[in-house]
Amino acid sequence: MSTENTIEHKIDKADLDGKQEYTITVYAENRIGLLNRIAIIFSKRKINIESLNSSASEIDGIHRFNIVITESYEVVRKLARQIEKQIEVLKVYFNTNDEIIWQELALYKVSTDEIAEKVTVERLLRQYGASAVVIRKDYTVFAVTGHREETDALVKALEPYELIEFVRSARVAIIKDSAGFHEKLKEFEAFEPGEELVENEFLDKGEKIFTM
Amino acid sequence: METAQDTIQQTEAKAEASKTLFKGTGSQVLLNGLIEEGVTTIFGYPGGAIMPIYDTLYDYADKLEHILVRHEQGGIHAAQGFARTSGKVGVCFATSGPGATNLVTGLADAQIDSTPLVCITGQVFAHLLGTDAFQETDVINITTPVTKWNYQVTDAKEIPEVLAKAFYIAKSGRPGPVLIDITKNAQLQVEEFPDYIKCNHIRSYRPKPTVRVEYIEQAAALINAAKKPFVLFGQGVILGKAEAEFKAFIEKSGIPAAWTIMGDGAIPTSHPLNVGMLGMHGNYGPNVLTNECDVLIAIGMRFDDRVTGRLDKYAKQAKVIHFDIDPAEIDKNVKAEVGVWGDCKETLPLLTNLVNESKHEEWLAKFKDYNQQEIDQVITPELHPTSDEMTMGEVLRNINEICGGDAIIVTDVGQHQMVACRYAKFNNTRSNITSGGLGTMGFGLPAAIGAKYGAPDKTVIAIIGDGGFQMTPQELGTIMQFGAAVKILILNNRFLGMVRQWQQLFHDKRYSFVNITSPDFVALAKAYYIEADKVDERINLRKALETMINHEGSYLLEVMVGRENNVFPMVPQGMSVSEIRLK
Repeated sequence: MSTENTIEHKIDKADLDGKQEYTITVYAENRIGLLNRIAIIFSKRKINIESLNSSASEIDGIHRFNIVITESYEVVRKLARQIEKQIEVLKVYFNTNDEIIWQELALYKVSTDEIAEKVTVERLLRQYGASAVVIRKDYTVFAVTGHREETDALVKALEPYELIEFVRSARVAIIKDSAGFHEKLKEFEAFEPGEELVENEFLDKGEKIFTM
Repeated sequence: METAQDTIQQTEAKAEASKTLFKGTGSQVLLNGLIEEGVTTIFGYPGGAIMPIYDTLYDYADKLEHILVRHEQGGIHAAQGFARTSGKVGVCFATSGPGATNLVTGLADAQIDSTPLVCITGQVFAHLLGTDAFQETDVINITTPVTKWNYQVTDAKEIPEVLAKAFYIAKSGRPGPVLIDITKNAQLQVEEFPDYIKCNHIRSYRPKPTVRVEYIEQAAALINAAKKPFVLFGQGVILGKAEAEFKAFIEKSGIPAAWTIMGDGAIPTSHPLNVGMLGMHGNYGPNVLTNECDVLIAIGMRFDDRVTGRLDKYAKQAKVIHFDIDPAEIDKNVKAEVGVWGDCKETLPLLTNLVNESKHEEWLAKFKDYNQQEIDQVITPELHPTSDEMTMGEVLRNINEICGGDAIIVTDVGQHQMVACRYAKFNNTRSNITSGGLGTMGFGLPAAIGAKYGAPDKTVIAIIGDGGFQMTPQELGTIMQFGAAVKILILNNRFLGMVRQWQQLFHDKRYSFVNITSPDFVALAKAYYIEADKVDERINLRKALETMINHEGSYLLEVMVGRENNVFPMVPQGMSVSEIRLK
C-alpha cells in the first residue's frame, strides 16, 4: 500500500538529496487530537511546517490536510509513511509544486484615503489581480489569491502606502493527477482489501491531464 | 474462510440478539468489556479520578485479579512484562494527573518495543476539563507521541466501542500501547448498553499490509543466487508468533541467523544456525560478517543504531531484503533492495516454498572461526575467570547450568543486561524480557513481576544492576503483598557500570557521578519479608544461586562482581560493525 508507486514515479524526477518544496496531502478521519498527532511527527524531527491547512475533502466526513515543507525527497517519504501509520489517517500523498495546483489567499487592509489619492496604488492592485472585499471610509480590504511570490510581491508594493494589516492563508492544493478519494475509500471500507492495491494510480498519466 | 459479507451478517445478527440491553454504569461496562477481551490480570493504582472504576472492581474480584503496584511506573512495566511473556495484551489502571504522567516512561518503552498494552486512566469530570482542576493533566496530549492510539471518553456510551478498538489496535499489526482516558462522569453515568462486540476492522487502519507475491519471488531469487546470505531477526518473529515458520525457513535455506536483543529466544540459543547476537555488544562473527555477506535478510527488525553502528559503513556490499509488517520501517535506516511488507507469519512460509535447500557450510564455518576467536579472547575469561573477582558472565553461566535454558530472564538496563543477553541460554521463545529500544533503567523488577503473572509456571529471574534496582525498589512491596515468586538477582559492581565503561574508554577515565552507593539490599528485602542473601566470594556462588532458584517464593540474591569489568566485544559509537573491538 502506501506511497510505493509515487516513489518510483518520483525517483527519476526529483533530485534525491536536494531540498525542495513538497505539499503533503493527508486524508484522515475528522477526530479531535489528530492534528496534534500529525504535527508532532514534524516537530519530533525538528522540521518546520511552512503552511498547514485543514479542511473538508471531496468526501463527507473525511478531512483533508495540506502541509507544506521544504525537505529532501527521502525525508518527505519517511514522514509520509509515519503519518500514514497513524490509526485515523487513511492515505498520504506528497507532491512537488509542479504536480499540484495550489493557491493561497491573502488579505490587505490599506487606508482608503491613500488609495483614493494615489493612482499608482490602483494600478498596483490591478497589476496584482486584487479584488476589493470591503470599502469603507477609513480603510479598504483587498484580496489576492495566488502563489506565495504573488501575494508577497503585493506586500512589498504596498509598503510605501500604509499597509495597515496583512494576513495570508495556508496553502490549499489539488493534485493534478488524482481522481479523488471516492474509489479509494471503498477499499478501506471493505473488510479485506483487494489484492492489487494500486496507489496514486493517476500519477503516471500526467500528460493526459489538461493543465493551464 | 469468512467473507466480509459473512462477518457483517454475523455482526448484524449479534446486534439483533442483543436487544436485551445491559443497564449499568460506565465502569461496569468497562470491566465487562475487559472480561470479554479475555483480561484476567490488571496492574494498577487507584486515586480520586478513577474511584468509580475501582468501586466497581470491588465486585469483580472473582473475575479480575488486580495487582496493587507501588507506583504507576511499576504498574505499566508489570503490564509490559505480562504482555511479553503471555503474548496477550497487558492492562494497567492509573488515576488522573500524577498517576497518568507516571505511565509515560512505560508507554514510551512499550511504543518503541512494540508491546501491546491497554492503559486506562481516570480523568476529572468532563465539565472540569481545562479548568486546571485538582489532579487534572492533559494526558491525551502528553501521551500522544508515545502511544499507538489514545482517546478521551467523556460519555459512557462510547466506552464499549472505544475499548474494543483499543484492544484491536493494541494487538493487531505492529503492536503498541493504547491509552484510554475516561472522565469521572462517564465512569458513573448509567446507560443501557448493547452486548459487547469485539472490533475487527477500522477503515482508516490497515494492520497488515497486503502481501505481494512478486516481492517474495524477488527475495527468493536473491537468496537462491547468494553465496554468503545472512539472516538478521528481531522481535517481529516473536510478535508475529512465527517462530516455527522462521525456523523452517532458515533450516531449509541453511542460512546463518543472528538476533537483535528483542529477537533473542525466537529460536533456541543452541540451534546450529543461531550464530548469536548483533550490535554494539553482540558477537564478533555476526558483526564482522555483516560487512562480508552478499545478501542480508532482515526479518522483523528495524536496524536500530545500536545494531547497525555507523550506517554509511553498514553492509554496503550486500543486497538487503527487509521483511516487516510496518511499511514505515522499510527504507527508514537501511535501504532495501527488496522490501517485503507483511506479517512474517504469512510471508515466511511463502518464502520458504521458493528457496532452494542449501547448507552454506563454508560460510557457516566463517562464523565458527570468529566465534572461536571470541571464545578464546572474551568468552572464556568472562565465563571462567581466573581472577578473584566474580564476573557477571560466570553468574550467567551458573544460571544456564542450573536452569538449562528454561527460565525466563528479565533484565534491567546496563552492563548486566548486555551480559545477560549475550550469555543467557534460551530454549523457548518469550523468555528474554528486556527494555531494548528505550533502555529504561528501573524496568527489570516491575517487568519481572508482570512476567511471572504472564507465565506462572516458569522460573522468572530478574537480573538487575545496583543502579537500576534503586530506581524502582518500591515494587518489592508488590511482591510482598501478592507473592509473585520472582527471583531477584542484583549484580552489584558499585558503579553505574555501563556509563563508567564509556567514561573509561572515551572520557579519559573521568568517572563523573557513576560511583553509586547502595543500601543493604539483603536487609531491604527482609524489610519486605522477602528471603535474601548476599555472595561476595566465588566459592559460595553456585550454592546461593541454587538456593535462590529452588526457593519456593520470591528471593533476592545480591552478588558482588568486579568493579571495573567491561562488556566486550564492543562496537564503539560512530564506528562500523566491522570495527568491533574484542578488548
